[in-house]
Amino acid sequence: MKDANDTPAPARATTGTRSSRRRFLKEAAGVAGGAGLLALGAGLYARQAAALPATALRPPGALAEGDFLSACVRCGLCARDCPYDTLKLARLGDAPATGTPYFEARGVPCEMCEDIPCVVACPTGALDHGLTDITQARMGLAVLIDHETCLNFLGLRCDVCYRVCPVIDKAITLEKSHNPRSDRHAMLLPTVHSDYCTGCGKCEKACVLPGEAAIKVLPLKLAQGSRAEHYRRGWEEKEAAGGSLIGEQVELPVRGMEDKAYGDTRLRPGETPLPQPEAVPAAPAGSGLDSRWKP
Amino acid sequence: MSTPRAPAADPVVSAQSAASARPALPRSSVRGAAQLGLAARPGVEAVAAKGWLRAHKWLLLRRLSQLGVLALFLVGPWFGCWVVKGNLTSSLTLGVLPLSDPFVLAQSLAAGHLPYRQALIGGGIVFAFYLAFGGRLFCSWVCPMNLVTDAAAWLRRRLGLKGGKAPAAASRYWLLGFVLLAAALSGSLAWEWLNPVSMLHRALLFGFGLAWGLVGGVFLYDLLIAPRGWCGHLCPQGAFYSLLGRASLLGVSAARRRDCNDCMDCFAVCPEPQVIRPALKAAGQDHPLILDGDCTRCGRCIDVCGKSVFRITTRFNRSES
Ligand code: SF4
Ligand code: SF4
Ligand code: SF4
Ligand code: SF4
Repeated sequence: MKDANDTPAPARATTGTRSSRRRFLKEAAGVAGGAGLLALGAGLYARQAAALPATALRPPGALAEGDFLSACVRCGLCARDCPYDTLKLARLGDAPATGTPYFEARGVPCEMCEDIPCVVACPTGALDHGLTDITQARMGLAVLIDHETCLNFLGLRCDVCYRVCPVIDKAITLEKSHNPRSDRHAMLLPTVHSDYCTGCGKCEKACVLPGEAAIKVLPLKLAQGSRAEHYRRGWEEKEAAGGSLIGEQVELPVRGMEDKAYGDTRLRPGETPLPQPEAVPAAPAGSGLDSRWKP
Repeated sequence: MSTPRAPAADPVVSAQSAASARPALPRSSVRGAAQLGLAARPGVEAVAAKGWLRAHKWLLLRRLSQLGVLALFLVGPWFGCWVVKGNLTSSLTLGVLPLSDPFVLAQSLAAGHLPYRQALIGGGIVFAFYLAFGGRLFCSWVCPMNLVTDAAAWLRRRLGLKGGKAPAAASRYWLLGFVLLAAALSGSLAWEWLNPVSMLHRALLFGFGLAWGLVGGVFLYDLLIAPRGWCGHLCPQGAFYSLLGRASLLGVSAARRRDCNDCMDCFAVCPEPQVIRPALKAAGQDHPLILDGDCTRCGRCIDVCGKSVFRITTRFNRSES
């Protein structure tokens, strides 16, 4: 290094310009290749790391992950202004992209501040300033993911996730259903509604199960199926059109149920069930396929 | 370069012509030690000539600036007294002054995102500042990585480690190009996944994780593999600020170059030694001003020169004195 600096300039100029140009080209090619490789590596790594793990949630108002990664400069201003220390910046080695803000619902959930200080603090627009009503945030979507361990699914009345939800009775409701095990009790099943759930994570944080929660907030993409657009929901069409699209339906009476509403099969006190068709004995094993169809 | 030279009778001649005779060299200086086969201690002559404090003036000011900037960020999270929030990529001072790193904003733009006004104004302020006063002021007066690479360079000198090969100095410009290309192609701030500069600063404020490894890697790279390898040859952020500093108003001038005794101490401490030659030795230019954008304006050459050859001045002052 010292040598190169100490070579008088004229001495360098005397080495033929052609060979020096060739050397320059060779060096440039090598350097470009090296730099390109490094940048390519960074790019590939970026690509791979762009897959956000399912437990990492972005702050309110975050752009869709792809756009977020082009917008967030990893300054941490959102995290600094979060009064609950919900948000943290991913460190090298954490699953989300290094330096980007995220939170984990089971760790510290979002308290849904009314003034959304994190969004206001974001200087780049990675958190969309258009979000001014925190109930419109969609950080994720809660999913009651484990029907085997959730206490309400076992027939108990835990309800904790329902009680803590800041959007109670809209984002989570308790839906009554029959408990087939006892056959005489109801089960009140916590049911999340995507129209209202902000993905704040308070339900997951509060779930009383000792380790993993039975209700989890997942990224929308994981939590939701895509809508079957080709399937026309008759009831929606009917409501939109203000009446059935195919005119009044003729409802044929069902024998023995003439005085009941269509589809109502409940027995009244004193009523006896209709005689069942005689039970057909099961085909003996090994007799092959027999559909019992007779013309 | 190893030819011993007799003391010069006329200092003016010695400054103008590389081949003329020289004054005797101190034993500790880089060249003096090389002639005697000793380990060099650049700056010892300056300490003897000017006193320790003046021979470390710019270094001390620079460390003060680097640590001061860091402190401004740290008093918030440490003591709950918020002066500056955020980090070097984007910050808010006292709740009113936004500052952003134009290098990161450039990546964001390349990735297809137009940042909000706050970031653009902050980036504009920083851009204008470095444009006016020298882009690589960032490197030597603000960047926390400079503490690491300076430490590596110091240790390298102290241990007398020789050899090692740095990639061509132009690598960083290529890397800068590819960083922007990678941002455009991947649609994300790809480099910010790895960028040791922003990562170190963020790590100091928000927690390290595995970032230690990356910082340690840069230190070892500079120490063992490539002298001044990171800041001087690879760092695309430095390259960005180099380009920005082409027309800066402030610069270092070898104003009293006729006093130069060719001890080579300035070359040994300069993080970008190639920028000194044109000004000091009038190679390819007449005036003594260092105009190269790569010059970090660290002022270390001013410190270590026992003959007080260098000084900080404006780009318009091209006189010799
Ligand atoms: S809404 Fe409030 S609690 Fe939730 S992330 Fe933002 S600042 Fe934190
Ligand atoms: S404030 Fe915005 S740019 Fe800064 S880390 Fe948070 S989301 Fe990213
Ligand atoms: S994440 Fe849970 S607590 Fe939060 S709004 Fe949705 S259902 Fe309610
Ligand atoms: S808190 Fe957990 S266990 Fe209780 S009802 Fe909700 S999901 Fe089930």
